[in-house]
This record gives sequence, structure tokens and C-alpha cells, in this order.
Amino acid sequence: MYSKMLSLRFPKTIVNEPVTVNLVKKFDLSFNILKATIYPRKEGLMVLELSGHRKNFQRGIRYLKGLGVKVESIGQDIRRDEDKCFQCGACTAVCPTGALYIERPEMAVIFDREKCSACELCVSACLARAMEVRFNKSLLY
Amino acid sequence: MAQKKFTRTINEINRKIKDGKVVVVTADEMVDIVKKKGPKKAAREVDVVTTGTFAPMCSSGAFLNFGHTKPAIKASRVWLNSVPAYAGVAAVDVYIGATEPAEDDPLNRVHPGQFKYGGGHVIHDLIAGKRINLVATSYGTDCYPNREIKKKVTLADLPYAVLLNPRNAYQNYNCAINLSKKTIYTYMGVLKPNAGNANYSTSGQLSPLFNDPYYLTMGLGTRIFLGGAKGYIIGPGTQHNPNAKRGKNGIPIEPAGTLMVKGDLKEMDPRWVAGVSMLGYGCSLAVGVGVPIPILNEEIALYTGISDDEIFTRIIDYGKDYPKGKASSLGLVSYAELKSGTIRFDGHDVSTVPLSSYVRALEIARILKRWIEKGKFLLAEAQEMLPTASSYITK
Ligand code: SF4
Ligand code: SF4
Repeated sequence: MYSKMLSLRFPKTIVNEPVTVNLVKKFDLSFNILKATIYPRKEGLMVLELSGHRKNFQRGIRYLKGLGVKVESIGQDIRRDEDKCFQCGACTAVCPTGALYIERPEMAVIFDREKCSACELCVSACLARAMEVRFNKSLLY
Repeated sequence: MAQKKFTRTINEINRKIKDGKVVVVTADEMVDIVKKKGPKKAAREVDVVTTGTFAPMCSSGAFLNFGHTKPAIKASRVWLNSVPAYAGVAAVDVYIGATEPAEDDPLNRVHPGQFKYGGGHVIHDLIAGKRINLVATSYGTDCYPNREIKKKVTLADLPYAVLLNPRNAYQNYNCAINLSKKTIYTYMGVLKPNAGNANYSTSGQLSPLFNDPYYLTMGLGTRIFLGGAKGYIIGPGTQHNPNAKRGKNGIPIEPAGTLMVKGDLKEMDPRWVAGVSMLGYGCSLAVGVGVPIPILNEEIALYTGISDDEIFTRIIDYGKDYPKGKASSLGLVSYAELKSGTIRFDGHDVSTVPLSSYVRALEIARILKRWIEKGKFLLAEAQEMLPTASSYITK
């Protein structure tokens, strides 16, 4: 399962195309729209979370770009919900940068945000789902 | 004159607890005491050793009674926040199992599945005081004509709610490694290919059953820490196998003893009963369990003094062997090695990953210690001990 927050900018020629429907039908992706606006000059902006198989995701993005949609991934930030995290260490299996590591001998699981590359691998590997993706909300308002 | 063999009873300990004179140490403190002073002296000085473990324990669940409705219903199918509960018991009784996923969960259709919400999460949310959507359907009877109810319930609304876990606190578990060429998603966590990491799940020297390897102090009626409240051992858990292979020190080197436990959900704390999502595997529940070990004699003092470097487990390949049902040991490692961060496997350093929280386990052992010291927790004599190893009986 792969999931990313994207901003899509539509040229006015395709504002009326059912692109999201096609993403679902042709590429088996699911989405959650956080914002959709059509600006006075008929350009469209949509902020959505797109999820599915990584391969389908990439094919879906190619399809969008082929239509002339400008696709950008939204600046993301990973945080740990300290109340939810129960300090097991399961996440350290997947963290490629060492941002999640175990301090010994206490066995405390540390999250060093400085080292985090926001790859999101820990988000679904965390048993407690304590690792959260925050995205730059400024686009929504 | 020969020194008399030292013994102590649970009644004597309880008297000391009431008098505020009890000596309680955590299992990791006991390791040092036994190393320094030997089991003879340690037994005389220490009354109780507290243990703890906090890890996903799939064989968990809760019996709930949601009270009679007007008109009355004989619930035959029940969902709590869309998670099916077992309703094949009396009219408004259900059992919600920890690993049951929400009915609309995509499961592993997009592999590895996320398993975001399941029975374990329902139990956590109840304890956290959240409102749960309850839906029940029925075929209708003369005495219980109602066919469907939908309501929101909180734990406080439920007339009865008991955590009843058929298998918790496994005494030892495999160290999982993946010798296949692709990443796999298991109940032992994410395992990278070509022995990329080695996962384990126990609190080692703090773990309840490692401190009493032959179950000399535990059985039906033993009072314990369960989910932040007082609970009880009510017998051996499913798959309890006292005759598992053991090392010379008596400690099993493979999965062995287990506990069936129960406790009142209404007294529990959400910090110690947490819903778990295992990528590609399923939902579960992380449960906090702590058992007080009464030091009744020197033998028990010796066992509670056993440390991580004396506790071993088998390395098992979950890539090929385990799924085929042919789990064979690829070697033994000690918990001291596993806790160090890397183990040596096949000439390489492999990084180790715990699924069991040592930090939380220690916190449990300390809380239990405090409860006993403050006189809030008395030890309870087991009415029937857990079955022990046949090799121990003939010893
Ligand atoms: S997002 Fe990636 S780099 Fe950051 S903590 Fe999670 S796994 Fe590590
Ligand atoms: S897997 Fe999740 S709960 Fe466990 S230590 Fe990592 S962030 Fe915390």
C-alpha cells in the first residue's frame, strides 16, 4: 500500500474531465479529496491523498501528467504521537536513515526528526500507528 | 549444625505487606542481588520479585454484556465499530476478539494490508472511555422479538465487561529471520530479505514466566497486574507446553508455558491495553502483564536471578521454513545478544528488532512493586498450579 498527499493543478482545457474517476477505474487507486477549487480563470486545484499499489500509483501519476496536470507532492513532515508510541522498537526494522533507533541499555526507542527523510516506511510498520504524516496545510486555506 | 532449608509462605509475605515491612525488588534488580549475594542470602532478604511484559498478544479478547433493550433482542450477529464480535452466547453477551478486523477492512487485497482497526482497537477505545457504535441483528423470537438495534455505548454503559485472554505472556518465543529473497510481513513484524533483520518478542529477564520457569508459584487464582489493574491467572493458556526443550538451567529454549488471564475492563487503563496493527498480518492487542513472584525458597530465588545472558531462543526462518510448517532451529541466541542490537548469523552481523517493549515491561514491574510496598496489592495463593514439566516432577 502506497499513499501520498498531492496537489494537482488542472489547465482549463481539462477541468471537466473525470480524472479522479479514471484513477479509480483504470488504475485501481483510491483517493480522499481535501480540497477542490476552480479559479476564476477556469484553472483547477485539487489537494488529495492518493493510495494504492506503488506500481499503479506511478502509472496513475503518468496518466495525470500526460493530460497536462501539474502534479506536486506536498511538503510532508513525520511526527510521533508520544502517547500512542509504546516504545517497542518494531519501526527500527524499516527506518532507512536511523532516525528511529534504540538507546541502550535502557531500550528506549528514540525518534530523531533531524535524521528523518520522510520516507514514510515507519507509518504503516508501527504497531501502534504512532508515526503520523503531517502535510503543509497552507495549501488548503 | 546444618542450616535449615529456608522457606517462606504467601501468608507470611502478606502479613509483611500489611505491616509495611515487605521487601520487593524488580526482576532486573534481583539479577544483581543474586549475582552478588547468591540465592541463599537473596532468598532470605527478598520477599517478592516483580516481573512485567508488554507486547502484542493475539490471543486476547473481552466478554461484554450490553444489557437488554426495549423491545428485547436475542442478538445473533453483533458489530462494535464495524468489527464483528462473536454472538454465539446468551442473548446480549458477546466476545470481541483482538485479531478480528473491521468488516470492511481490505485485508491483504493490497498487500501488505494495513489492518488499521480491529477488535484490539475496540477494546482499547472502550477502556479509553470512547463511544462505540454497537449494531446487533437477530432473527426474532417470541420472547425477544427485536430484529435490529443500533446504539452508541461506552464502557460505563455496559453492565459487564471482562478482559479474558486465552493465551498471554508466552514463556519464550522464536527469534524470526527471513532467508527468502523478498521482504515478508509477519506476526513477528517486517522481515527484510537475506536475513536483513532478526525480530524477537519478549522482555527477557523481566518476563513473568522466565522468572518461574517451572511454574512453582503460579496457577489459578494468582493475582497479577493486567492492563493497569489487578487481574488473575485462571489457568494455563492455550498451547501451554511445559515439556518444551529446556537448557541446563531449566529455562525453555522454545515457546513453552503460557497464561490464561482475566481482569475487569472497567478498572483498566488504556495505556496498558493498546490496539495493534501488524502490517500485512492483522490486528492485535498489546497487553501489559506483570506477575509477582513470591520468594518461597532458595530455588525460586535462584530462578528469579537468571539474567538475559542465560536465556536463549531459537532462530527460525520465517521466509521458507515456518510457512511450510517446518520450523527448525538455525541456532541459539541469548537475550543479552538480542538486546545488544546485533547478532552474529551465518558469519554476518544482523540487526535485531524487538516487538516487545522493554521500557514498558520495566514500568509494569516497578508499578507492581510500588503497589505491593504500599499495601495496595496482596499476593493470592494459587488454588491449582499450572502443569509443570514431567522432567521436573521426576527430579
Ligand atoms: S519517515 Fe522514514 S526516515 Fe523518517 S522515521 Fe520514518 S522510516 Fe525513518
Ligand atoms: S513501532 Fe511505533 S510504537 Fe513501536 S517504538 Fe516504533 S513508533 Fe513506537
